[in-house]
Amino acid sequence: MSKTFKLDGREIPFETGQTIMDAALAAGVYIPHLCHNPEFAPHGSCRVCVVDIGGRQVSACTAAASEGLEVDNSSEAIGETRRAILQMLFVEGNHVCPACEKSGACQLQAVAYYTGMLAPHFTHFFPRRSVDASHPDVVIDFNRCILCELCVRASRDHDGKRVFAISGRGLESHLVIDSPSGLLGDSSFAATDKAAHVCPTGAILPKGRGYETPIGERLYDREPISIVGDVRAQEEEVL
Amino acid sequence: MNVSATVTVEGFVAESLATHGRDPRHLLQHLIRVQQRFSYVPDAAVEALSAALDVTRTQVRAAIAFYAFLHDRPRGAFEIRFSDNITDRMLGSRRLIRLLIERLGLAGLPAWGRDLVRADGRVSVGLASCTGMCDQGPALLVNGQAVTNLDAQRVDRIADLVQEDTPLERWPGEFFRVENNIRRRGLLLGNPATDGAAVRRLLDAGAEAALAEVERSGLRGRGGAGFTTALKWRFCREAPGTDRYVVCNADEGEPGTFKDRVLLTDYTDLVIEGMTVCAGVIGARRGFLYLRGEYRYLLPHLESVLQRRRAEGLLGTRILGADGFDFDIEIHLGAGAYICGEESALIESLEGKRGVTRKRPPFPVTSGFDDQPTVVNNVETFLAAARVVQWGGYWLRGEGTDQSAGSKILSVSGDCARPGIYEYPFGTPVHQVLADCGAENTQAVQISGAAGATLSPADFDRIIAFEDLPTAGSFMIFDHSRDLLDMVRNFAAFFAHESCGFCTPCRVGGALLRNLVEKVAAGQGSEYDLSEMRRIGTVMRRASYCGLGHTAPNHVLNTLDKFPLIYGRRLARASHTPSFDLDAALSQARALTGRDDIGAHIEDGSEVSA
Repeated sequence: MSKTFKLDGREIPFETGQTIMDAALAAGVYIPHLCHNPEFAPHGSCRVCVVDIGGRQVSACTAAASEGLEVDNSSEAIGETRRAILQMLFVEGNHVCPACEKSGACQLQAVAYYTGMLAPHFTHFFPRRSVDASHPDVVIDFNRCILCELCVRASRDHDGKRVFAISGRGLESHLVIDSPSGLLGDSSFAATDKAAHVCPTGAILPKGRGYETPIGERLYDREPISIVGDVRAQEEEVL
Repeated sequence: MNVSATVTVEGFVAESLATHGRDPRHLLQHLIRVQQRFSYVPDAAVEALSAALDVTRTQVRAAIAFYAFLHDRPRGAFEIRFSDNITDRMLGSRRLIRLLIERLGLAGLPAWGRDLVRADGRVSVGLASCTGMCDQGPALLVNGQAVTNLDAQRVDRIADLVQEDTPLERWPGEFFRVENNIRRRGLLLGNPATDGAAVRRLLDAGAEAALAEVERSGLRGRGGAGFTTALKWRFCREAPGTDRYVVCNADEGEPGTFKDRVLLTDYTDLVIEGMTVCAGVIGARRGFLYLRGEYRYLLPHLESVLQRRRAEGLLGTRILGADGFDFDIEIHLGAGAYICGEESALIESLEGKRGVTRKRPPFPVTSGFDDQPTVVNNVETFLAAARVVQWGGYWLRGEGTDQSAGSKILSVSGDCARPGIYEYPFGTPVHQVLADCGAENTQAVQISGAAGATLSPADFDRIIAFEDLPTAGSFMIFDHSRDLLDMVRNFAAFFAHESCGFCTPCRVGGALLRNLVEKVAAGQGSEYDLSEMRRIGTVMRRASYCGLGHTAPNHVLNTLDKFPLIYGRRLARASHTPSFDLDAALSQARALTGRDDIGAHIEDGSEVSA
């Protein structure tokens, strides 16, 4: 007999040590997320995966599953919280979907659609951020960074390189690169690094390939992310 | 401050490494020393520390960018930071900042994150979050030393001293005088003296019996959250681990709080004794006192007390001759980060990193410093614990309410005749505190700091207790002459500045909230903006990663409910006002086309857009 908890009324089996997110994904139930990637330790920073347990909101990616929990993943209140968080992410950076190579295969965009965010909402901050094209194979557009730290974690925990880090604090928080000049081309980063293939947005992109898949035929163009799953699946294929 | 030409950056770092060691967890402490010596952290120091401590230069730079008191570009040889709490502002700090700026020949005004540095490098002027001198403000820090009771005359004199390049040691001593201002003594403040009695009692009765007394007392954490102290100690005592640690949270950063400053000044022995007793109970050999950078002036005093207690056999190896009872305490400095008052962020900072909250569970009691079981308690909690072990659990139960045993030390500031430290039994109503401190015509009380609750007169019969008004001790009073929106603006800017940036709701929501508050204050707000503030505040409260984000919107949500007029009287229009000026936005186009006729203007942008 495996243990179970309830997610929107449905019994979800789990094993000790699994988070609500782990168990839900294993059971084929989608909980929207951005900073979570099952290959890395749970992070809990984007807050998109908030669920409600008895009036308390927790992130599904960090909350341990336990017997008898009643988890709300689909109420209007949860949807509203997630939508607001997405609306925040979209005004924090400069996300110009129509001009972005990642459009249609972008997890940020797909999760936004999934939560019902169809247009920008809050006043844009329009931060001045740069593009780093110094690396021969990969370009970084900091305008699209959502600080999920997946590249930080992948480089540190998988590639053993520590190429990326987060600097500053508050709204001044930003991704930095460990090299004498601060440029990617000057670092030990390689296109074959795991860190090059985990970005949920278009912040880290391979060079020399553009619009190979036409708009309309992209990852999330026909079916929503709740069916298709994370963008990382596609990245794996490219590798 | 006068950097001698003979000491190179590399030489200074090498000396710091030789004296304080190459443990990567000492990174922050090395950086603070470099900052103090050179008024910034030069690249050469980043490279040297990165090489010696095996941390990437990016991690070193990230730490510098995180802590408000560390800089990657030179500040003045005299680095001046005005405390910018609302209580400083109410005492006229803004006028004094302008006066000093003018006297020093600087232009503009400093803002959070933007210091004014004079071209000759002699002086810089910036802001600091509350420096804990609210009972004797306005206050500032000069090269980390606190200056209190500022007035025009004192600021004038400071400008002269800077112009004359007078070293700080020769500045008038009264500038640096910090008064305790203890106005009401109770269980804890009644008697500062101790001769190690609590440690003796622990050794006589044994750890289990001492812990039983703490359990009996019902003592709960005095830092605000109110977790049962005995439970924390027991969890830690029983958690598996190779080492255990005791940490005293002296990062008193909540705006309007300053009681720990007084406890660390005059009740030092009792605080250290509480830490020692805790070490004996949980089996710790090392302890840390994490002292907020703003209280650096207390460092020599604290070190001397530790030294004396070592000499008395109350710290070090074989405490009071007891075999196997070894415990000593190191002081670690903070560097201007409110978030480090949160216990897991504090531990990150102790380990030399950016103070970002850890994921919990695991809690520090099982996985804290160096991933080992760690007790983190507030200064006041340790003091109370020492007395509980010495005098027994019933002693604390003699005062307070069922759920809140003992007393609470309040830091009272703002509009009252006698600001200072007041100790009350739990259960004391707000109105009594107001009467005792000489507050008149009170419009509002902000209890438990910027993160706390805004009380209107309808709340003044409520009591200070965990079950009604829990508080870390900050008690700021606003009379009817004040515009409470000034408080809201100050707190909103504070939280935007102090958010660690880890999670989306606090990082982005906090900045959005600040901007909306400013929009309303500028007379450009509408009902729509108020509902947006509610919406953002609610998301922050519910979905943030840690307590900072959960509590950061409290002041906005509370005042929207209890003081709607502070917003309502400023609304430009009923429904919607755009956040930018359409006509001004056309100015570049007008300049480019050389037009300035009536057709090139929009009379009233808001009307067109609405």
